[in-house]
Amino acid sequence: MNIRFYILRRIVLVIPTLLGLSILTFSIARIVPGDPVGLAAGPQATEEIKAALRRELGLDQPLPIQYVNYMTGLFRGDWGESLYTRRSVIGDLRTFWPATLELTTAAVAIATILGVPAGVISAMYRNRLPDHVARVLSLFFVSFPSFWLAMIFQTWFGLELGWFPISKRLPVLVAPPAATTGLFLVDSLIQLDLQTFLVSLRHLFIPALVLSFGAFASITRITRASMVEALEKDFVRMERAIGIPYRIIIFKYVLRNALIATITVISLNFGWLMAGAILIETIFDWPGLGLYAVKASLSLDFQPIMGIAILYGIVFSIVNILTDIVYGILDPRIRYG
Amino acid sequence: MAELPSIQPEKRKSARSARWENFARGIYRFRSNTLSMIGLTMLIFILLVAVFAPIIAPYPEDASGKTRVIARLQPPSAEFAFGTDKIGRDIFSRVVMGTGLALQVGTVIILLATTIGVTIGAISGYAGGWLDDFLMRITDIFLTVPALVLAIAISAALGKGIINAMIGISLVWWPGFARLTRSLVLSLREEPFVEAAYGIGAGHMRIIFRHILPNAVSPIIIKMTTDFGFAVLTAAALGFIGLGAQPPTPEWGAMINDGRRFFPDEWWIATFPGIAIWLMVFSWNLIGDGLRDVLDPRSRR
Repeated sequence: MNIRFYILRRIVLVIPTLLGLSILTFSIARIVPGDPVGLAAGPQATEEIKAALRRELGLDQPLPIQYVNYMTGLFRGDWGESLYTRRSVIGDLRTFWPATLELTTAAVAIATILGVPAGVISAMYRNRLPDHVARVLSLFFVSFPSFWLAMIFQTWFGLELGWFPISKRLPVLVAPPAATTGLFLVDSLIQLDLQTFLVSLRHLFIPALVLSFGAFASITRITRASMVEALEKDFVRMERAIGIPYRIIIFKYVLRNALIATITVISLNFGWLMAGAILIETIFDWPGLGLYAVKASLSLDFQPIMGIAILYGIVFSIVNILTDIVYGILDPRIRYG
Repeated sequence: MAELPSIQPEKRKSARSARWENFARGIYRFRSNTLSMIGLTMLIFILLVAVFAPIIAPYPEDASGKTRVIARLQPPSAEFAFGTDKIGRDIFSRVVMGTGLALQVGTVIILLATTIGVTIGAISGYAGGWLDDFLMRITDIFLTVPALVLAIAISAALGKGIINAMIGISLVWWPGFARLTRSLVLSLREEPFVEAAYGIGAGHMRIIFRHILPNAVSPIIIKMTTDFGFAVLTAAALGFIGLGAQPPTPEWGAMINDGRRFFPDEWWIATFPGIAIWLMVFSWNLIGDGLRDVLDPRSRR
């Protein structure tokens, strides 16, 4: 089977899952025991005002019709509007999403840069001191409540030491780079604006570092386990026998075999960290989806929450499909079928 | 005739003793793992604190809404070991009194998630066919969105409060257990002893509960243990956002949120509950790590 066909099939298979997700989030949004409309209309609102608001939002119609309306809206690019700000959800998502994407990607990158070598070292020194140290450290850090550690780091590195800015993506007086992708690091590079690049990198570093701790342990563990497995393969013994230096065996042959399993865990972590970003963003006042989601959920504003859940579902599905493709590149033995 | 029945009990005894031998070997390997023993010691300490909380805490009534405004925002001292918060409540007492709550929250979430997940996974793996497809598609829906996002949505919809947060987290936590159980059942279903049980006329329920699931217990227990800490962490996260436990409940996440406004000047309000969460999660992670070595020897060699 040809790879293009395989990818196409994967994309088609995602559709029923996303439809199911839309039904799930829609049902969650409609089981609310409180009265979001009443809350939004304010305490002074009369019954007529509330009824009018309900009619305006289409909430007076039967649930199946509401759902069909919502779905047709989704496909037309109209994801509803927030009860409070009355801004369009899709517009808000477009504004906030790049910040979360940048934070999550940076965190996954840090976790990979730290976690894969830690796993390799653990496997090379199996059951010896470096292995134990890596194991304890990864469990040590993954056990912290990220939002708490974020507060501590913000204070230490931002206030006490003054090495890093304490919040936001850029200082107030610095204009964000012209938006091509919305990722400040990428945009500033496109503009060849090295100064903005460095400033936004400094803003990004601590939040991304704290977020990355959540992924460090699982990446280290899987790298170690698959390295150990690969190290026992016959080809390693053969390579040693014909005199290939150990380092080259490790990095050129064993690691490449081991990375296949690691890639899966990294992509899973992308999803988890995307959710973890919600907490980190609250601490660092990072203008991403997390702050938006927290605000919306506290005020029972469900249109944005449904939008966020569906966006996360789409992104995670894309990440999974990309993982499969990378899989195929790393392991030519895999046949798509 | 008198000798015939005696063969049966003997055989049963040998099967049991083999299982016991495995168990004893497992305990030995767990005990020789220093890290998991440290984790277990920490957990026993936490359990003791939870049980004797009203005795350990100098001001147990501070956990249920008593205030002491005169002594507000006091730094740690002999009188208030961890200092006091914005309305003068003793942080030490509240952290201690919150220990039992955190353990309960973790237990409820994990038990609910395991029950739902194992049931769905076992049915799915055993039945196969359209039922399997259907249940797995539902599981996929939950797995396409990070658990925390759905947990926030569900707990927000149900209303703020620790019970609703626990329900919300359990409802998004089961798919992992369902996937795991399904894969275990799929391979166990093909084992000769299942075929034999079916051959002598055992019903589906009996085969699932007496023959398949007992052999799938180890990986499920590993997952329950490693997940316990993260369940506590997630509940604390909801408390921190403001969706979980509401004041004056001494929930650690909510206490951190409470102290956030005063950080870093009155650092003690948020710092100590954070350390308590870390201690709880770390101990479960250490135990889970050790159990994984014992019950799934392939994972660490």
